[in-house]
Amino acid sequence: MVDNLLSVLIWLPIAGGVVLLAMGDGNDAASARANAMRWTALAVSVLTFVLSIGLYTGFDTTTAAMQFVERAPWIDAIDVWYYLGVDGFSAPLILLTTFITPLVVIAGWDVIKTRPAQYFAAFLILEGLMNGVFSALDGLLFYVFWEAMLVPMFLIIGVWGGERRVYATLKFFLYTFLGSVLMLVAFIYLYRLTGSFDMGRWMEVPVSLTAQKMIFIAFLLAFAIKVPMWPVHTWLPDAHVEAPTGGSVILAAILLKMGGYGFVRFSLPMVPDGSRYFAGMMIALSLIAVVYIGFVALMQKDMKKLIAYSSIAHMGFVTLGFFIVWHMFGESGAVLGVSGGMVQMVSHGLISGAMFLCVGVLYDRVHSRQISDYGGVANTMPVFAAFMVLFAMANAGLPGTSGFVGEFMVIIASFKANPWFAFFAAMTLVLGAAYTLWMIKRVVYGEVANDHVATLEDVNRREFIVLGILAFAVLLVGLWPAPLIDMMEVTIQHLVEQAGQTKY
Amino acid sequence: MYSYYLTIVLAPLFAAIVAGLFGYKIGRKGAHSITIGAVGLSCVLSFYVLYRMYWGGAEPENISVYTWAVSDGLRMEVGFLVDRLTVLMMAVVTFVSFMVHIYTIGYMHDDPGYQRFFSYISLFTFSMLMLVMSNNFLQLFFGWEAVGLVSYLLIGFWFKRETAIFANLKAFLVNRVGDFGFILGIAAVVMFTGSLDYATVFGQAEEVAAQSVEVFPGSPWNAMTLICILLFIGAMGKSAQAPLHVWLPDSMEGPTPISALIHAATMVTAGIFMVARMSPLYEFSTTALAVVIVIGAITAFFMGLLGIVQNDIKRVVAYSTLSQLGYMTVALGASAYGAAIFHLMTHAFFKALLFLAAGSVIIAMHHEQDIRKMGGIRKYMPITYWTSLIGSLALIGFPGTAGFFSKDLLIEAVRDSHWHGEGAVYWIAYLSVLLGVFVTALYSFRMFFLVFHGEERMDKETRSHLHETPWVVTVPLVMLAIPSLAIGWFTVGPVLFGGFFGDAIFVEHSRDVLAHIGEHWHGPMGLLTHTWQTPVFWLAMGGLATAVYLYLLRPDLPAKIKAKVEGLYNLLDRKYYFDDLYIKGFAAWGRGIGTALWKHGDQFLIDGVLVNGTANSVGKLAGVMRQLQSGYLYTYAFAMIIGLTMFLGWLIWFR
Repeated sequence: MVDNLLSVLIWLPIAGGVVLLAMGDGNDAASARANAMRWTALAVSVLTFVLSIGLYTGFDTTTAAMQFVERAPWIDAIDVWYYLGVDGFSAPLILLTTFITPLVVIAGWDVIKTRPAQYFAAFLILEGLMNGVFSALDGLLFYVFWEAMLVPMFLIIGVWGGERRVYATLKFFLYTFLGSVLMLVAFIYLYRLTGSFDMGRWMEVPVSLTAQKMIFIAFLLAFAIKVPMWPVHTWLPDAHVEAPTGGSVILAAILLKMGGYGFVRFSLPMVPDGSRYFAGMMIALSLIAVVYIGFVALMQKDMKKLIAYSSIAHMGFVTLGFFIVWHMFGESGAVLGVSGGMVQMVSHGLISGAMFLCVGVLYDRVHSRQISDYGGVANTMPVFAAFMVLFAMANAGLPGTSGFVGEFMVIIASFKANPWFAFFAAMTLVLGAAYTLWMIKRVVYGEVANDHVATLEDVNRREFIVLGILAFAVLLVGLWPAPLIDMMEVTIQHLVEQAGQTKY
Repeated sequence: MYSYYLTIVLAPLFAAIVAGLFGYKIGRKGAHSITIGAVGLSCVLSFYVLYRMYWGGAEPENISVYTWAVSDGLRMEVGFLVDRLTVLMMAVVTFVSFMVHIYTIGYMHDDPGYQRFFSYISLFTFSMLMLVMSNNFLQLFFGWEAVGLVSYLLIGFWFKRETAIFANLKAFLVNRVGDFGFILGIAAVVMFTGSLDYATVFGQAEEVAAQSVEVFPGSPWNAMTLICILLFIGAMGKSAQAPLHVWLPDSMEGPTPISALIHAATMVTAGIFMVARMSPLYEFSTTALAVVIVIGAITAFFMGLLGIVQNDIKRVVAYSTLSQLGYMTVALGASAYGAAIFHLMTHAFFKALLFLAAGSVIIAMHHEQDIRKMGGIRKYMPITYWTSLIGSLALIGFPGTAGFFSKDLLIEAVRDSHWHGEGAVYWIAYLSVLLGVFVTALYSFRMFFLVFHGEERMDKETRSHLHETPWVVTVPLVMLAIPSLAIGWFTVGPVLFGGFFGDAIFVEHSRDVLAHIGEHWHGPMGLLTHTWQTPVFWLAMGGLATAVYLYLLRPDLPAKIKAKVEGLYNLLDRKYYFDDLYIKGFAAWGRGIGTALWKHGDQFLIDGVLVNGTANSVGKLAGVMRQLQSGYLYTYAFAMIIGLTMFLGWLIWFR
């Protein structure tokens, strides 16, 4: 066991990133120094993952209390603490982060030709900051990590991105920044009320209904933009299209989860009455995300955009699962919905990451993301085709893959809330299959479409490892989700109690 | 027995993984050896389990394998329920699969995707066994979707063909429409019973049936009716009932062995099996049974008609499958679950036989499938000819064959069912299955005569190569012909009237039409000797005679008839315009909505007006503000004076 495990998970990758930045690569991607930097990045990220396993093995699934707690004064004058801890919500997401980051490092190995050291440094620092967001229990500390996260992501898209990267980065930055500023206002209000930045105190303090509504709106903007929910989702397709593959993977797999995490960490327990007041609207927005975005995804011509839109639709299940809680008090179903939403977050992290990596594999060879530039890839890349079809099926929610678990639980729970919620949610069975498999039909199957496809080479060992590990994870969660669900169950029961209380 | 069950299920999975992932290492021989060995093992063990349960008197077993997840008190498990319904399905699935595996050696002989094909069909066997052996709704859904996946992969097996990859996408999506209803049905089950476990759910059926739910405000539905209809929508997708039948004929783009295994004998019967399995629920909703029987009747009759105008050898058999699935569904709706499952079993044998025989012809014809270009093949392929004849006779219910017993009693059950005297539902169902017999005989022997008899219409080149197919092809034909011919004799009594299914199927007493028929049951010989008194017999003979007249004696007539009834012919030829409705209607409509939402919603309204609009407005406002910051001292002074004046004015007049 490592003492201060959470601190290690935050600062080890950040320190590794700083070392990489300090050493640099001499601006030559082929140099021995650049290579050493790659190995350093891989070693740091793998070490972080190995250490994070302690978070699973040492996790007590019988309590909703914070675990692995670390607490030290930071700014005494305004009672800010360096206060960390995890529960059933944050621990799986930290594990997801430490699991995905090494894969992103491997995926970028020799693909990144410009400034590789800085590229890997950005991802390591980002990893540490993301772990910080998930483990911070002090409001201000949370806010610092939350905003700091934007910087490496901004650079990843802005430096290693595609042609319209400036537009995409600005859109990404302004969109998310707009949301978080209002969140800060809400934080300050809660601080004034309690005299503390302790998030545990914020969950307990009574807040008037009017204030709860306003705080909810402030939180909503921050989190809904991150998720993203309809109609504040339009930054995502642009950001994905312009981001390098690794950036897309992290963006889809982890950054979007910040929004979902925010809802269960802040909105539901801190302003339960405000959340209840807006629950109907939230459910409507979630269902719009599933149906509306499902149709939009169908017509995308760019593979990355298609997957980006599919992400939005899948995240609709997350918010749906969270906000049907108020339809089922005193009955079973509420916990199932939230649990389904959480599983969906983890699963989406794996599947969307894998899908973006698949597109990356094709992009590295043909330098196009347009569906129409492909066709018959299975002829020249059979192993790759097998992977892509597997991940596509997972994306379409096939049982046995992780994509099914969360959707199934949310549909079951929402039927109980109101059969019509389930009716619209279940439309994803048809829409999700339609947009994903139509893309597969046009890209993977068919006769060899052009000379580019005819000369394609199948996945190399490096790509095979990355996709293979993800395939294993997708199947593992799909065939045996019990460990993941058990980890969260008690915490979710506690949340449902908190959300059920009236606190004004 | 637990280890036996696990072996039965996991052996094909293991073989599929080995053949799929390491096919390039173990080679063709390795791939087919391991998969055939595995499915053979499953088959032997399944028959042993069947034997133990039926002759050894073993009790049904309900075993949990592992807990998939528990949340909110809802246990989601993987487990086996092995009772008398299950063992029958296990035996049928593994036997047909075993035959198809052997046949595949011959059929796919020259195909570069040999190992992949064996991996897929083994994976299918695993999925289908998971489906039939499940003891809960979660695993049922897993098996349900997994067979759908393998069906998708196999229809698109020749993925270079545009028609194949169109057909597999279509099949998957149409099935997903069914699954949409199915998953909502499962959600409804959980809502009313709080469980996914069959035994628990069935135990609460009566309480559930007493509840109602307001689906539309002001119109309460019986909870059980809602559950059963939603589940049945799933069955309509999987078992290709109208109007979700459109995928099955197109699925013929896949290699013939899988048409036999998946799209005739096993997977498409999953819906029938599911409803029979859920009989403790369906028996509590007369409304749902009415829906089931009407949908089945429409499918049985109208899909049969389409078989008459098809010219592709496999498509004729495909429409015949649709029609026969309709028969089984009608039996379900008549609460004659046993008759449905019995017909499912005999149909599995003779329809697999017909498909494999068609495949044998296709091999010999060098992958020509148009029956207009065949004829007179009888003398070149005697084994295929005789086995096809047996299959066709069984399909039309010729007295003595397996199909005779299952179809005759099925129709009798519909005639005497509780729907009798209930008006329209009864007459729709009864007339459909009755007239369907004539249609079945007509299309079956139309095809049979066009392929095997009459003038040889193939080109010289093909004719010179015509010969009987190798033993790996013909042996499965013979192995399937035996049960097609004989299995009815010794199974009809015990299965339908001997209480074969025990507690596996529940029928409400007043509706138990099979028990009623059983009171007058005098053995298979009795049925046979009285057959000439039934309309079924004469309709079948009528159809056969019509086929003889039109396609053997007066082959010039069909074209003339076709010209006379052109409107009707077009209607049938275009398959009642369902494909046009779905492809030009729904699919195009969906793409239109997608484009509209994307261009007008996302790009114009949200991005154009709101996001970039805000950015532009800020920019413009900043532009205006910038004008004020001119840098000239007199402008600032002027502004100060104006401001001061207004401020003073406000103080003087308003305070």
